[in-house]
Amino acid sequence: MIEIRRIVSQVEDIHHEFGPVAAQPLRRGWIAAVLTNPFAGRYVEDILPMMDELNPVGLDLAQRLRAAMDVPVERIETYGKGAIVGSAGELEHGALWHVPGGYAMRELLGWKGDRAAYRAGAAEEKTGQPGNALAIVPSTKKVGPPGATLDVPLTHINASYVRSHFDAIEVRVPGAPKRDELVYVLAMSTGARVHARVGGLAAAAISRWDGLR
Amino acid sequence: MAARIRKLIVQVDETRIEMNRTIEPPTRRAVAMAVIENPCAGRYVEKLDELIAIGEELGGLLGSRCVQALGIEPAQAHSYGKAAIVGESGELEHAAAILHPKLGATLRTAVGKGAALVPSAKKRGGPGTAIDVPLGHKDAAFVRSHFDAIEARVSDAPRADEIVVAVAVTDSGRPLPRVGGLQVSEIKGEDGLR
Repeated sequence: MIEIRRIVSQVEDIHHEFGPVAAQPLRRGWIAAVLTNPFAGRYVEDILPMMDELNPVGLDLAQRLRAAMDVPVERIETYGKGAIVGSAGELEHGALWHVPGGYAMRELLGWKGDRAAYRAGAAEEKTGQPGNALAIVPSTKKVGPPGATLDVPLTHINASYVRSHFDAIEVRVPGAPKRDELVYVLAMSTGARVHARVGGLAAAAISRWDGLR
Repeated sequence: MAARIRKLIVQVDETRIEMNRTIEPPTRRAVAMAVIENPCAGRYVEKLDELIAIGEELGGLLGSRCVQALGIEPAQAHSYGKAAIVGESGELEHAAAILHPKLGATLRTAVGKGAALVPSAKKRGGPGTAIDVPLGHKDAAFVRSHFDAIEARVSDAPRADEIVVAVAVTDSGRPLPRVGGLQVSEIKGEDGLR
């Protein structure tokens, strides 16, 4: 069921955006796997078996992205995910990526939650203690032609409301997805926007450890 | 450092299956892009030495970033190419100054050697403009299996007074080459052509 045709990754260092040059550049990265869509061209009711089979794909991509970014996991401060579905597929096929993609990145970053609860969409018991990857992984998806761009949202891994870390990264795989392909994407960065200065919750002020604030 | 770099981007593209055929080992192409300030933007500058020096610096920097991203030894590189997108306050000749006089020498050092011409492309553009970077075998330009191209694109560049400089390096040719011509095994590697 899982057939990976291509893997594309990109890592960028942002030194400045016409303001002061950052002492340490912001590093952002994304990785995309181009898969054969086993459901292309017809309506398939039960697509959940593919979700489980995507678990190792998620873990592999998360590890590859971290390696490509060449930073320790402790330096990853934001994440996001997305999917582009080829035109013979259905948006719902992109939605299969939510659980395998999200939990793979959260586990990589030290999350200790309940995977079964996560899969079922059940609430987690928050510990009230500082932790890693407590926040929901923001996402976006669409049906698109080869070379379609997808703006993947990025937010802080521990508190979704950290305003300095609201960001997005554009993902585009030239030549994919073809009609019968799926592009599954993971994205991460090492911090805030390079000249963040619009106030709001700061990362240093995270206090509730509920994934939000 | 001569170049004022705003962003540095490295992309790796690995093809494992093409037309339902497994590619073993997968073909891999890297493209490294630097977004730099154009020191000659907005006016006519006769002597382009500053851009030539930037090209010399970026050939080594971007070439070695590609080799590093592919995880190979420099000598394992197969093909290369270069390109530049000049923002609207610049001149095509600015791209030429970066690409042609001195970038090739430092790029060749980064990939071990390279007897062949480094194929190139240039254009004027705005943020998100894509350029197809031509690829050719680094030791013999006529190796047909390695005629290829890879797209380079930065979503927020070039601004009017910026230049996007791209260098591409591969460790392989096209995924399923079968249109004949000179083969890698037949390279003499002396004249850069065959």
